[in-house]
Amino acid sequence: MNEDTVSIDSAEADADDHGHVAVAVTTLDAELIEGTSNATPDIAEYALWLGDDALVLAQQLGAWISRAPELEEDVALGNVALDLIGHARSLLHYAGTATNRTEDDLAYWRTEPDFRSLHIVEQPNGDFAHTIARQFVVSHYVFELYSRLRASADQTLAAIAAKAVKEVDYHRDHATQWVLRLAQGTDESRRRMITALSDLWPYVDEIFRDEPLIDRLEGIAVRPSSLRPAFDAAIAPVFAEAEVELPSGFVASGGGRIGKHSEHLAFLLAEMQVLTRAHPGASW
Amino acid sequence: MVTAAAREAISRPRPIDAASLAAWTIAAQVVDPEIPVLTIEDLGVLRSVRVTSDAVAVTLTPTYSGCPAMDAMRDDVLAVLASAGYENVSVRLVLSPAWTTDWMSEIGMNKLREYGIAAPTGHATVRGSGPAGPIRLKMAVKCPRCSSLNTRELAHFGSTSCKSLYECRDCLEPFDYFKVL
Repeated sequence: MNEDTVSIDSAEADADDHGHVAVAVTTLDAELIEGTSNATPDIAEYALWLGDDALVLAQQLGAWISRAPELEEDVALGNVALDLIGHARSLLHYAGTATNRTEDDLAYWRTEPDFRSLHIVEQPNGDFAHTIARQFVVSHYVFELYSRLRASADQTLAAIAAKAVKEVDYHRDHATQWVLRLAQGTDESRRRMITALSDLWPYVDEIFRDEPLIDRLEGIAVRPSSLRPAFDAAIAPVFAEAEVELPSGFVASGGGRIGKHSEHLAFLLAEMQVLTRAHPGASW
Repeated sequence: MVTAAAREAISRPRPIDAASLAAWTIAAQVVDPEIPVLTIEDLGVLRSVRVTSDAVAVTLTPTYSGCPAMDAMRDDVLAVLASAGYENVSVRLVLSPAWTTDWMSEIGMNKLREYGIAAPTGHATVRGSGPAGPIRLKMAVKCPRCSSLNTRELAHFGSTSCKSLYECRDCLEPFDYFKVL
């Protein structure tokens, strides 16, 4: 690949008298970092880890639009999903540079064994408390991750993280406020929040497991296990204020990073991918 | 402390050569489709314009990672330069350095207020803050209608990625706030 491939969207435009523009090249634009090269296979695999987490979670949150408990939450979860789609696009685009695939190739034309997302993001939306519990865990984890990934030796990952961390900070705050509000609300909201946290907790352990890939990306990737203390320290005061005990119990098997998923992911992907697969190349 | 001039140079890195500056001035007229009083120059989204003998290369940076307005801004830059007679115009998006509301111009802030949207208060981050992450400062948001500081946030997230929803407790009107990023 030559340097020209770095420029994402070199579409040439012709404007008519009315200012209508025909864009000659309709490649999907992706946000890129000036002067960086293609991802190595290992870095691409790592970018898939993070990109797939963002993509699957965004798809889940999109299902809340028009279904949330109040209009403001339709808007909030929609906005969070939009940010996550942005992160997924940047990460999948970068991952695709290793194998000459586009972000759309990766999003729409892989099946679940090729997805590298964590099991926690494929857990069903459940009731609103379950979605908030998932947001709470994932946004706290991702915030700690991106804060450190800003110092990655890989310029592209560092730039994506520096951009995304500011957005995730809002997601984290949003989820925290809801955990507190539900836990301190009515008996029913408190019961549901506690149930949701204990349902989700078996999937927390997988987030912080190191895979062999991490050993090969020293200085580039962030070691998942290294994030656990910061994650625990960040969530402890929220649990204390909510007067909820940290859930304990069994630990789920995990395996998302090597493509082993629960049945939930296949249904999610089927819905996400059906249009592209039924009408390849369609645009609107 | 960063001086106002230094901040302006980071926020609006105008080209030095006359040919590029002329093209910059044209590209700088493109407005945000969601907030049409703000130009991409006011926002600090326009990062560079370089005119060479046979092409024009424009660089934009997205406000939010997933902001759909970026596509419209990119198309509008292509259109405005094409109608000014420039050929072989290309637009690329870059992520680094990450956009911040600190780059919004004073003029832009004033236009935003007149438009009825509260401008970002304070600064987003301390430069070089290290791995600890951004520092978000909570300051009172002034109502763009009656200038009261007696306001409260109704929702973190608003009609677009960049805004949250506020309510004025004096004039009782709801309003959008362009949140600090």
